[in-house]
Amino acid sequence: MNLVAFKTIVTKEIIRWTRIWSQTLLPPAITMTLYFVIFGNLIGSRVGEMDGFGYMEYIVPGLIMMSVITNSYGNVVSSFFSAKYQRSIEEMMVSPVSNWVILFGYVGGGVLRGLLTGFIVTIIASFFVDLKIYNYFVVISVVFLTSVLFAIGGFINAVFARKFDDVAIVPTFILTPLTYLGGVFYSISLLPEFWQGVSKANPIIYMVNAFRYGFLGASDIAIEVAFALILVFIAALTSLAIYLLNRGIGLRA
Amino acid sequence: MTKALSISNLSKTYKNGVQALKGIDLEVEQGDFFALLGPNGAGKSTTIGIISSLVNKTGGKVKVFGHDIDSDLTNAKKMLGLVPQEFNFNIFEGVEQIIWQQAGYYGIGRKEARKRAQPLLEQLGLWDKRDTPARELSGGMKRRLMIARGLIHDPKLLILDEPTAGVDIEIRRSMWDFMQDLNEKGTTIVLTTHYLEEAESLCRNIAIINHGEIVENTNMKSLLAKLDMETFVLDTTGLPEQLPPIDGYEVRRRDETTLEVDVHKGLGVNGVFSALSQHDITVLSMRNKANRLEELFVRLTENKAGGQAS
Repeated sequence: MNLVAFKTIVTKEIIRWTRIWSQTLLPPAITMTLYFVIFGNLIGSRVGEMDGFGYMEYIVPGLIMMSVITNSYGNVVSSFFSAKYQRSIEEMMVSPVSNWVILFGYVGGGVLRGLLTGFIVTIIASFFVDLKIYNYFVVISVVFLTSVLFAIGGFINAVFARKFDDVAIVPTFILTPLTYLGGVFYSISLLPEFWQGVSKANPIIYMVNAFRYGFLGASDIAIEVAFALILVFIAALTSLAIYLLNRGIGLRA
Repeated sequence: MTKALSISNLSKTYKNGVQALKGIDLEVEQGDFFALLGPNGAGKSTTIGIISSLVNKTGGKVKVFGHDIDSDLTNAKKMLGLVPQEFNFNIFEGVEQIIWQQAGYYGIGRKEARKRAQPLLEQLGLWDKRDTPARELSGGMKRRLMIARGLIHDPKLLILDEPTAGVDIEIRRSMWDFMQDLNEKGTTIVLTTHYLEEAESLCRNIAIINHGEIVENTNMKSLLAKLDMETFVLDTTGLPEQLPPIDGYEVRRRDETTLEVDVHKGLGVNGVFSALSQHDITVLSMRNKANRLEELFVRLTENKAGGQAS
């Protein structure tokens, strides 16, 4: 594996999203602060407890995960599509960089941005709630793997995208609804049995709950199932991304 | 000796059914300065795209310094540098960043890349602009940046697709010197250009492609020797009302002091001077009406369009 090329792509990505920090790092910080103020402080105090925890305490893991998911995905989809659009992707395609390195380089950049955003949101959350971590391994591994998964998802979206609208469709019409319905703000145990079943078809619910388990030690679903699901999705999406790159779909005439 | 570039029976049919390449064969010797010419849509960019892995081929073989792009793509790519026709760098990135990133894709670390970049950027007049975002460069500077980027990994085969398009004469001449110097140092160069005087001045061998087929593939001297007639423009001190007839030559008046003379191959121009001198017409200067290669190019591509492949 060409490690220099991998490092180059990751560094290029870091330079890109730090150069436009007011578009990449600041908005999630502001949005999440508003969530904490409105849902946590103002409304949350009237909601009471959720699964035996204060409402603010309950939603913090979900909000951190939400920012990690959207930023990991958004970074890769916009960066790789921009490279396609400006044709700067050709710099890589003519060079001896393997498709694995291209994929992992972009995913690495997306994961770093996702995790940094998650860290910023965690710092902000600590001003509103006394954060305690129940299981460090679960917290770190779930947030990392989820970030990887959505970064790969963003990559595949960018490969297929032909115009800027295509970059926005998946985050707006699929990712956001799934995240909001993914147990960020509520426990699925509050839902009628039928809707609990439907909710379990939403993969994000497993990630949010596993992450919440890492913080609170409480979850609506089994942690092992969440890990297995994330790993299966990562394997499947990686295979698809590599297949698309090898075939040159969306990249080569 | 291994060919720098070897293409056999290369074909490409796009999804819309357009047959861009119809089984072309082409060989470029090591150290050559090779011109690949053709009108727009002839198949030049498709050929370059396939060599550089930007276009999937339909059939045929391509080898770069003996490395087959099907079975040994990584090594084939290491040999190759590409300067494409369209600007294809990230316009928000700085000059030096674009260069060290490109080097990184070839496994060259940032420190080494910076060491290599300095003389290259200095030679191309871009060192002072190394921190400038690419979008702020002039057209000529962007072209030179593309050349610097294509050379940072020291390729053995450099493909230049219209490298001087849209740059002023002074920069074009300096780029010619740069390319010549590069070729003399051993880099094999394949050049496509619409400035045919550029190809005539720089290249030793030439292939002309039209409608996806190679219609001519020879050395520059042999090709130019095929030209059976040239038109010269003669500036004189003054011309009489009635132009004197000159045996064997067709003479036309352009204005009060300028003549155009068609000279057939083998006749030479001495006869023109003698005849004009006999009629007290003094010639001040003489030049080709059109670039010689341009005349041949038009003839070859028009012939092909008329179904008379040469």
